[in-house]
Amino acid sequence: MSQSNLDTSTPNTWCPGCGNFAILNGIKKVLNELSEEDCPPEKFVLLSGIGCHGKIVDYVNVNSFYSIHGRSIPIAEGIKMANSGLKVICFAGDGDAYGEGLEHLIFAAKRNIDITVIIHNNRLYSLTAFQYSPTSELGFKGGSTPNGSMESPLNPLELMLASQATYLARGTSQGMNLLTRLFREAIMHKGFALVDVLQVCVTFNNLYEYYAKRVYELENHDPGDFQAAFNAIREWDYNSDSRIPLGVFYKKEAPTFDEKLISSPADLKRRDGKIRQFLSKRM
Amino acid sequence: MQDFSILIGGSAGSGVDKSALVLGDLLNQSGYRVYIYHDYPSLIRGGHTFSIIRAAQTKITAHRDRIDFLLGLNKETLDIHKTRLDDSGKVICDSEILKEAALPKQIRTLAIPAVKLVKEENAPEIMRNTCLIGAFAKAAGIKIELLEKVLRDNFTKSIDKNIKIAKKGYDASELMESISPPVHDILPLISGSQAMGLGLIKGGLEVYVSYPMTPTTALLHFLAEQANEFSLKVVHPENELSVILMALGFAYAGRKTAVGTSGGGFCLMTESLSLSAMSEVPTVIVLGQRPGPSTGLPTYSCQSDLHFALYAGQGEFVRFVVAPGDLEEAYYWSASALNLAWKYQIPSIILTDKNLNEGISNFDVNDTGEIKENDPYLWDGTTGYRRYEDNKTGISPLAFVPDKNAVIKVSGYEHDESGITTEDAVVTKKMQDKRLRKEKHLAEELKSFPTVKTYGNEEQTTALLCWGSAKGICVEIAQKLGLKVIQPIVLSPFPEHAFREAIRGIKKLIAVENNATGQLVRLIKAHGIDVDDTILKYDGRPFTLDELEKIVKEKIA
Repeated sequence: MSQSNLDTSTPNTWCPGCGNFAILNGIKKVLNELSEEDCPPEKFVLLSGIGCHGKIVDYVNVNSFYSIHGRSIPIAEGIKMANSGLKVICFAGDGDAYGEGLEHLIFAAKRNIDITVIIHNNRLYSLTAFQYSPTSELGFKGGSTPNGSMESPLNPLELMLASQATYLARGTSQGMNLLTRLFREAIMHKGFALVDVLQVCVTFNNLYEYYAKRVYELENHDPGDFQAAFNAIREWDYNSDSRIPLGVFYKKEAPTFDEKLISSPADLKRRDGKIRQFLSKRM
Repeated sequence: MQDFSILIGGSAGSGVDKSALVLGDLLNQSGYRVYIYHDYPSLIRGGHTFSIIRAAQTKITAHRDRIDFLLGLNKETLDIHKTRLDDSGKVICDSEILKEAALPKQIRTLAIPAVKLVKEENAPEIMRNTCLIGAFAKAAGIKIELLEKVLRDNFTKSIDKNIKIAKKGYDASELMESISPPVHDILPLISGSQAMGLGLIKGGLEVYVSYPMTPTTALLHFLAEQANEFSLKVVHPENELSVILMALGFAYAGRKTAVGTSGGGFCLMTESLSLSAMSEVPTVIVLGQRPGPSTGLPTYSCQSDLHFALYAGQGEFVRFVVAPGDLEEAYYWSASALNLAWKYQIPSIILTDKNLNEGISNFDVNDTGEIKENDPYLWDGTTGYRRYEDNKTGISPLAFVPDKNAVIKVSGYEHDESGITTEDAVVTKKMQDKRLRKEKHLAEELKSFPTVKTYGNEEQTTALLCWGSAKGICVEIAQKLGLKVIQPIVLSPFPEHAFREAIRGIKKLIAVENNATGQLVRLIKAHGIDVDDTILKYDGRPFTLDELEKIVKEKIA
């Protein structure tokens, strides 16, 4: 497989100007870099759920599992548990991972399983034509909430910190340099890593200017300090008009679920004998 | 005694299950064939729980209402079950409890000071059951050496204390009726869950994922306990959604994986059952039925999810559904279901129930039938890899990550041969045809499998029709009454040809099912075959021999 170019011939159907292009370009850049180092492309498996983000697996010519809404994370966990040498990267939307499949995200973080989750967080449902999502602001007027949503948004990074994730970061679809750095770090991090990408939907919720005025990169922040991470994560609650910190909030080394689960390879030839041995003890 | 039963009962937590296993083993090692039925409510302590241990000359998988020995760990057990005793019935019980129980005069009783003996030894209260087991052994004429051996085989802790207490019970007892067992080679006594677990292992299982739910919890425990011995990965995730999704991840990476659940968990799995079919990532689901709708009776049994198993999941797709009827079939078909799922890259459902999973009986590994080695179709690497290559059989070549020569793309979205999303009308039809084409080849291959079995009198024109765990009792009754039995084992794709062969010459077909609406009856009706009569039971309890025999006699009279 010649992998200097990770493109496929599939026509891209995202809207012009969609924030997803930044994520696609960022991940291809990182995969190319890592391939040139010591991680051959066949060791990557990409997964996606349902929503605009889901199409990303059609646009990158590496192994992939295009799954269903909210459900990519347990599949990714299964793949990683099957073969811990693989680099497993899950793309998911905010409706996908923070709504439909939230429990999987919490448990994957709790297990500290060594997968990377990249959230295309456009803070609304786009592909189903404009509804509020778990990270839309209070009062968001969408197709299902014409008078404004009645729920405050979830702060997903705060939830992930509480769920024992060991790498948490935020980027935006405007800042490519930061985004690629975060992707690379998240993939190389041993343990559960999540990058929340403020990905702008130009058609239904164009927040380019809104974000441009508020985002800043964390400086003099120690990602090893839980309390500092907690405070930085809580600076913006996805609802207020406060400043929005970007960068790595939290990073910790801890044993991973997949390395604890390693078993010796099954010796299928000896199984008949062992089955008979088991039965002989029941006589 | 040719064929007799012991009932042991008490409150939950008083060791009834364990005692039943010890009594069963005692009779098994004496030379009988044994079947154990557990009846327990869904609670941890208190309530009433009992087990019936039946011993016979030939293999059995059913119990009787009538019992010969009643071992009561409390008064409630005697009150509830004394009507099961006939004039030759015998009760073995603690002296104090026996005083309070108003038993009919003709019943022979044996009062054992079990509470006192246990107290004298400073043993835990739960050992009263060991004391009664000792008393039973003497009453049935079983040698003390065998009793001691069986206790050593069955206990891992406090072995000496248990033996001491059992001997006290033995000494306090007296001979009531010598059982004089037949002489047999001894066969292992295992549960349906264990037979299924061993069958999956035989079929090449590498991973088992499950969320605990009766009646497949014991299978999860069994495989977790055997994980090191057989190099299995056993995972218990957050819910059944995750169970089957993780299984798909494992299978995508080339690991033979199975999951286990009951109806409620299977509800959650249906979304990914459909994903398995569309992505052609194989999956094996052990679906243990219990009465519904909803929570139903969690710890009891039913056969009411046949149509759910046949039709669950959105869209139209090929699935393999098999309902084994006893331990040998559970072993054979668990291995085969795993192999067939991988060969045809489809979901396989092993449809079972509480009766089969938790029932304990003799298992003969030499009598399961030869399990065919059935290798999956692997990519040979000669041409460019296309995960969903369209071909004559519809079975596309498998490759597994990481493979430096293949990009392996799978999808739940409609896709082309490379696994890339499509919404094109022509490609959509072509790919659906490809997937459905596999059924014809699966059905053809299944012709060399025992998909429909018959038993009893082949000349008879009256037959009992049954499936799953109702097999054993139907065969036993048919043998007694000279009837034929027809048991379809594979239910999807339905083996219509084999089934028509089996019913050739039958004038009266009587369906026996543990459900309220006759689900197998509906299935065969869809194939243009009608039954003449039905016997349905749906109170959560399996048919008992005495009960079903009486109904069948009325139906054929």
